[in-house]
Amino acid sequence: MKIRQISVFLENRPGRLSGLCQTLAEAGVNLSTLTLSDNGEFGLLRLLTPDVDRAKQVIEKAGYAVTTTEVVVLQVPDRPGGLASVLAALEPQGISVEYMYAFAGRPGREAVMVFRFGDMDCAIAVLQTAGISVFKPVDLFGT
Amino acid sequence: MIRNLWNDLEGTFFPESALDYMPAERLREVQLQRLKAVTALAYDRVPLFRERMDGKGVKPADVRRLEDVRQLPFATKNDLRDTYPYGLFAVPMSEVVRLHASSGTTGKPIVVGYTAQDMEVWKQVIMRTLYAAGYSRGDVVQNMYGYGLFTGGLGLHGGLEGIGATVIPISGGNSERQIMVMKDFGVTAVCSTPSYFIHLIEVAAKMGVDFKRDLKVKRGVFGAEPWTDQMRRYIEAASGIKAYDIYGLSEIIGPGVAAECACQDGLHVFEDHFLVEIVDPATLEPVPDGGEGELVITTLSKQAMPVIRYRTRDITAIEARPCACGRNLRRIRRISRRSDDMFIIRGVNVYPSQIETALLKTEANLPHYQIVLTRKSGLDQMEVRVEITGEMLRDRVGEMEQLQRRLARSIEQITSLHTAVTLVQPGTIPRSEGKARRLLDQRNEGN
Repeated sequence: MKIRQISVFLENRPGRLSGLCQTLAEAGVNLSTLTLSDNGEFGLLRLLTPDVDRAKQVIEKAGYAVTTTEVVVLQVPDRPGGLASVLAALEPQGISVEYMYAFAGRPGREAVMVFRFGDMDCAIAVLQTAGISVFKPVDLFGT
Repeated sequence: MIRNLWNDLEGTFFPESALDYMPAERLREVQLQRLKAVTALAYDRVPLFRERMDGKGVKPADVRRLEDVRQLPFATKNDLRDTYPYGLFAVPMSEVVRLHASSGTTGKPIVVGYTAQDMEVWKQVIMRTLYAAGYSRGDVVQNMYGYGLFTGGLGLHGGLEGIGATVIPISGGNSERQIMVMKDFGVTAVCSTPSYFIHLIEVAAKMGVDFKRDLKVKRGVFGAEPWTDQMRRYIEAASGIKAYDIYGLSEIIGPGVAAECACQDGLHVFEDHFLVEIVDPATLEPVPDGGEGELVITTLSKQAMPVIRYRTRDITAIEARPCACGRNLRRIRRISRRSDDMFIIRGVNVYPSQIETALLKTEANLPHYQIVLTRKSGLDQMEVRVEITGEMLRDRVGEMEQLQRRLARSIEQITSLHTAVTLVQPGTIPRSEGKARRLLDQRNEGN
């Protein structure tokens, strides 16, 4: 099950990130998790939220370049080698991980990670076959 | 070439257009004879030209061949402003039968004058313009150029009457009425600025008037502003008319300097009245035929206000190869841009439009951009800031870096300059009156 993720272009200048966060706070958009990937000059803020369409609209209206992509969110066994076992399932199929980051805000529970794969559909099939649970939006956001 | 003296479309002989087919050798003779006369007239009667020529140590008698025009000094729009209103007139006011003036967006306007003979020449070159675009007696022509001090409206009007067309001197504005008149009066041809006509196509659509089904308009001449081949294709496809580019400027005569023929492949210059040169706008050295540069015009027959080597600021190239229409008049390419916009970096002439072309090669929709020139340890640096849009945005930093490199490479291929491309957030490039400020030159600000 794919989850829609929002990506926002941010120049690496003071105030850019806080400005965006302020905008989302004022619009009452709840952020489930976010991560920033940058190269020193500019960055991409990726975020997951229950209300993708509205969040995108709000961010666009505030004057940011924004796009949506699909990611897979899955539960990683919280034990040594947990992540390795997930990657090991994908490796034989030649599926690459474009990026991944931890899903924040679920203390005391299993580790949850967000993945973007080279071949999303193939990755999901492989993960399901391997018995690794992939989150549906409803599991993740409870709506 | 008797056949050429006959208009291809109508099988009718137009004596005015016969001059378009004058043998090239004869044309050069006429040009030289007239160049000598106009140089003498300007020297004798206009203090500014005399002072300039004396300053360069050139006398009218030094003009022995056409190429000798290159020894003469240039004139610019500032010369017309500085001598406002009548300082460049070469005849007493009692000989001047018409005045026109350009709108002065900066400071004073410029004033131009015509003798009775100038008016006759103007009429003739407009008639040749209209015949080249297939106009003839029997056409009902809606002239939407502004009437008044602007040369466009009355300039075309004279030529339209000259060919015996039915003229509707409607001027610009009131778009719904324009469409009503076009329909009710059975208009077959129009004269307009391209942007206004594109606006009218939209107005007609809103009024439920189908250009192709409900109107009889077959052709139009369009000028007074730079336009592109894409705009022509749009006009022709959307309205079903043939759209011809015409060129002129008030300082020289108004419309009637150059015009397209049925081939729509460059504009024939009415060379018996206008001597054209192309020069490098930075060095003012001549550019060989085919090469791009600033168009410089010398009026060959103007009496009231002869102008020697006028720098038009328009960028084009001379196409010396013969045209399929049989005219012996050389062509200039469609005016794509103005040298005012040009900047020089590390000795290379660059136009913002080149940057635009480069960006369009990579991005189908032109993003907002700004060229920033700075100086670092004595070396000029060019940076192009490009606003990222949602369509351009990719979800990986690496892909965005690739986009950055593609844009820089594309600019380098066109300008042969290494450029730093900076991706910026939407809305960060300042806009003035809707248009972005394209060039920010910070080279003389101590950095």
